[in-house]
Amino acid sequence: MSWANELPAELLCRPTGLVVLTGLDITYNAIHKSIWDSFCNNRRSDRVPLKFNVMEADHVYPKSKSKRTSYQWYIPKGILKRSWMKKHLNEVPAVVVVFFDLDWDESLWKEKQMECATRVEIVRNSLQGQGTKVSVVLIQKNTPLPPGEDLIASERAASLCSMCDISAKSLYVLPHTDHLIGYTIRLENAFYEQSQSYYHTEARKVKSHKDFLNKTTHQLLYVRHQFKIAFFNELKQDTHTSLKHYKQAYGYMLDLRMYDTNMLEIKTMAGFLNYKLCRLSFQHNTPLDAIAQFRKHIDFFKSRTGTPELAFENSAWMSKQFQVFGDLFDEAIKLGLTALQTQHPGFYYQQAANHSITRKQLCQALCTHTGDLPQNTVLDGLDNLEYFGQRPWRQGHQSIDPPDAQKERDGIIALQIREKQEDHCWIIIPLLSSAVAQFKKYKSPRMKRHLMVQMGEEYFHAKDYGKALMLLNKVMWDYRTERWSPILTSILNLSLKCAYLTARIQDYISTCMELIGQYSQCSIEDKSRIEKNIFKVMSNELPDPEPGLEQTAVESAKTQWLTAKSSPNLFTIEMSTLVSFIECKARFIGETTSADSKVKLEVCLRVSCPQPIRFSKLSVLFNNQIHNSKCEMSDGRGITAASSPLEADGADLYLLPGKPRTYSFSFLPSAEDVGRQIEISSVALELGNSDNGCCAVLRWVGTGADASGTTSNTMFKQPITPFSVTPVKTTDTEKWLQFKTNPIIKVVSRQAKLDMTLIHQAPSLLNEFYQVQIVIQNKEDSKITDVSLYIALQNEQEYPQDPGAHISIDKASFNGKMQVNEELVLPDLEPGQKLEKCFFMKCFQPGARSILTKVKYTVSVTVGIQSLTCYCIKEESINLTTVSPFDVSINLQSMKFEPMEALHAEEPFLLNPEISCSSPWPIELKTSEVQLSEYIKTLSEKHESQIVGVNLKKSECAAECLCLVSLATIQPSVSLGTYTVHWRRKTDDKNKGLPFVSTSFPLPTVNIEHIPISVGLKLPAYGSVKTLLPTCYVVKNRTPYIQEIEVNMDASDNFMFAGNKHTHFRVLPGTDYILKYNLFPLVAGHLALPKLHVNMVRYPNTMDEIIQKMLPTHIFIRPIGKSIILPA
Amino acid sequence: MASTAHPMAVCVAVIAKENYPLFIITIPTENELKFYYTVHTSLDVVEEKISSIGKNTTEARELYLGLLYPTEDYKVYGYVTNTKVKFVLVLESTNTTLRDNDIRTMFKKLHNAYVDMLCNPFYTPGENITSRNFENIVTAMMQQD
Repeated sequence: MSWANELPAELLCRPTGLVVLTGLDITYNAIHKSIWDSFCNNRRSDRVPLKFNVMEADHVYPKSKSKRTSYQWYIPKGILKRSWMKKHLNEVPAVVVVFFDLDWDESLWKEKQMECATRVEIVRNSLQGQGTKVSVVLIQKNTPLPPGEDLIASERAASLCSMCDISAKSLYVLPHTDHLIGYTIRLENAFYEQSQSYYHTEARKVKSHKDFLNKTTHQLLYVRHQFKIAFFNELKQDTHTSLKHYKQAYGYMLDLRMYDTNMLEIKTMAGFLNYKLCRLSFQHNTPLDAIAQFRKHIDFFKSRTGTPELAFENSAWMSKQFQVFGDLFDEAIKLGLTALQTQHPGFYYQQAANHSITRKQLCQALCTHTGDLPQNTVLDGLDNLEYFGQRPWRQGHQSIDPPDAQKERDGIIALQIREKQEDHCWIIIPLLSSAVAQFKKYKSPRMKRHLMVQMGEEYFHAKDYGKALMLLNKVMWDYRTERWSPILTSILNLSLKCAYLTARIQDYISTCMELIGQYSQCSIEDKSRIEKNIFKVMSNELPDPEPGLEQTAVESAKTQWLTAKSSPNLFTIEMSTLVSFIECKARFIGETTSADSKVKLEVCLRVSCPQPIRFSKLSVLFNNQIHNSKCEMSDGRGITAASSPLEADGADLYLLPGKPRTYSFSFLPSAEDVGRQIEISSVALELGNSDNGCCAVLRWVGTGADASGTTSNTMFKQPITPFSVTPVKTTDTEKWLQFKTNPIIKVVSRQAKLDMTLIHQAPSLLNEFYQVQIVIQNKEDSKITDVSLYIALQNEQEYPQDPGAHISIDKASFNGKMQVNEELVLPDLEPGQKLEKCFFMKCFQPGARSILTKVKYTVSVTVGIQSLTCYCIKEESINLTTVSPFDVSINLQSMKFEPMEALHAEEPFLLNPEISCSSPWPIELKTSEVQLSEYIKTLSEKHESQIVGVNLKKSECAAECLCLVSLATIQPSVSLGTYTVHWRRKTDDKNKGLPFVSTSFPLPTVNIEHIPISVGLKLPAYGSVKTLLPTCYVVKNRTPYIQEIEVNMDASDNFMFAGNKHTHFRVLPGTDYILKYNLFPLVAGHLALPKLHVNMVRYPNTMDEIIQKMLPTHIFIRPIGKSIILPA
Repeated sequence: MASTAHPMAVCVAVIAKENYPLFIITIPTENELKFYYTVHTSLDVVEEKISSIGKNTTEARELYLGLLYPTEDYKVYGYVTNTKVKFVLVLESTNTTLRDNDIRTMFKKLHNAYVDMLCNPFYTPGENITSRNFENIVTAMMQQD
């Protein structure tokens, strides 16, 4: 088809000016070779766009044709000659450069100059008539001096120029030094300028013809001339001007008279122009112009098919147009253009492929000629025409009707025969593959898949069935998951044909299985036929060929099937990748099972094929593989064997269409399953028998799901046909839908038959050893062994560092290290035997806790005929609150039982601890003790507890009183120490006395004040009216200095007294001063004593208040007795 | 509705949120598969448009997606409801009488018909559309007015 859709290489390349280098001996001369290399190597984009050729000096260039002076009688024979572009790209140079070895100081200057001139002359002669520029380059050994300094050089240069008849600007010097490449680049820039001026002149020359043309006879020339001008401008690298002229040429093109005989020529040239236009537009970064031009081009020509018998030419041409545009677009993208999802080269490749497909179809429809080539010579020169796009049998002919009708017919038939030899598939497939790559790039997965299906179809047509099958298998998955069943069905039908023709049993069977399923769009007859083929294959027979296949392919397939069948076939089909005719659901009955009861499960199968089918084996596989063999069911009869009345037991695998059947299995879990889950890992169903030679294992992962998704299965219920009626929900479908899958069952330990009673008296008291009694009784039918008891604090994880409690079994003890769990091995227990144990818990902090007690044991049980050793656990937990057993409140009092805020150093005071019981249970106090700090002493020798053996019930109190004195200390505040109570819960049971525990409370911290003097009063306990009451005040100086003191005694109505009313004395450091008064009470009762005011002379009015607090204020005075003699 | 006679739409499709077909009708019926492919591949563009719209606008989305992609022979238009049910309309490329506004009206009509159909309590959303009434409206729309 190259005659109708060719795009010649000279059109596709980027035109660059041609420069011919002569006089270089690149074979023998190393210097010349390096010069040539510097011109032609490394032509990167930063070098000027020129093409260099090396030629002999006497090379003959194409002759320039003599220019017409008048076009009046000229009738053009075609639009553009095939040779024209080639000629200007490769043959007619813009510049010819004559290289010549000549130094300015050459001794034989005259001779050399002559020789050079001769060479230039030869070149000129061979270029006769062409406007080609001629330049001379002198290759010199020495570096030239700066211009103007070398007088000889400038003189000789001038003479050489005149000798060679060239301008001074066309003479160059190339010193052969290290910097050759630099000189080369300067030289080629100069040549580039010359070439541009050459092409400019050439374009002007063509333009000047325009005046001679007329629109009636020279329409073709308008196109030709504009094309040439544009092309020259392109050579000149003036792409904008070039684009302008290509546009004009295209415009003239569309004005041409078009008829069947010249349509091919017009389209060929229009294709060229369109190519140039699009290419330049992309190059100018105006992609929208390119796309618009292409659109216009296609819209104009797509309906102009030309000769109807050669309609495929039009498709071939269209395909090519799209393809090259796609290529141009893609190239522009590689250079930085951004494409869109809806506008990218993929669409053009796709369209190119579509046109090629049309071409193939047209070829099949039109090229029906059988027989020999009518006239062998009619196509001679098809690939070597004078003009682009003409018919070889009538070249240069521009009339509307073909000159020779017979020849025309022969020519058409010859072309048709040629077309028939073309292998279209291999044109289409690469186009599709380019399109696939593009659609993948531009996020169009569905379009990509569609194209891959088309590719598969083409491979099928190209008889590469294996490849077709592979491609189709790749895309089927997505159509399955997106549930486009009409498309899927059509793909499946094709892949079934491929699988049949390649005799791939597994693919064949799996495709068949999908096609006879309920979502397939096949007719019922097709489904029956396909199902019969499954039966045949599984019974080791050959399947019937699919309808519509070529006979030869079928024959070769049959032999392939025979070889495939000769060896046994066992294969697995993963059902999760298909939407097949058989559906499977499996479930465990129940969520959990105990270790000693059977695990029950059910498998439900349903087929939707047109005829009943019999499977050979059903098995369920589990995550724990030891159970795998336990759930199997075999049916030994053949695949098509009919149901017999004997099978009422349900032990067969004969399935009727649409009727779900449920199979039940059960098995005992093994010991290792306890505490774990048993999971259905897969369900396997065998079709056919491996003894028979062919067996397909259909495998569902988990509880059965197919590619359409189990959950959404309901939505996929009806095939999508607009007029389908919703199928009536029968009991069968209801049954199927209600079968809910359940892939997991949890195996829990056997229920323990054991009584465990916990006896205790809550709440627990802080610090005590809290006793819990455990009574265990074996209620099993047999002896239990490996019994162990485990006690643990349950929320121990929350405070791993400080659990705040301690557990001990049997004995109430605590060695300072907290133990939060205990385990104890117990003896074996006979049925009915009881065992008692107790444990103690000591809580260090109040709050709620829970304690877990577990008894673990093993026992052997019999289930059916099997004897099992079961491991059982009995658990019990206690929630326990810990409360404080009593509160201790402590207050300090002065010797006068008055509450005090601060202690006076070396003055005695009272400490009153009071214990109030808050425990609901009575407590027993053993004793109490004080640990005093080093500054505090008891006034007596040793403190003896006053609460020994006291029992307290709830809200009862116990109190004691201690007399303490603080030493003289410099510390302002002192912690008194701690108070410890030894106690326990009171129990009636004398034998089981719990150990006493001690609870300590801190005593308060008090401030100590230093008083310089203290005053004491020695006074009897009471006095009697009118009886002498001797009193004695002792003033003590606690300072290391002498103190001067003034004393005043107030008068009182109740007493008369003898002693100093007002006195003044000194007290030595650390000594006492005694003041004696004899009081004489006048009245009876609780009387206020006369007040003694003590004043330190040095610090007046500071001490009196303090002193008053130290002294008793009142005394009881008895009346005179009425001679009642008190007992002694 | 324009009173001038114009060629009908060649294919109308209703596609579920999950991209499976709920309803496809084609005229003529002999080359159904080709239209199925056309509709299916147009979902690429629909998906892309939905995801790009979702990203950068907060205001109410325009349901009409416009021309999805042009092929040589057909023009494919798309429309997405708020529940992501897609309507796809395939017109012949030669059909130049219908303007963008006419297409919009057709989609609006289709949407109304779909909503009416959805109001049927016996229809479960997600099932294939079998309503005769809906089909009549669609076929009437596809035929010449």
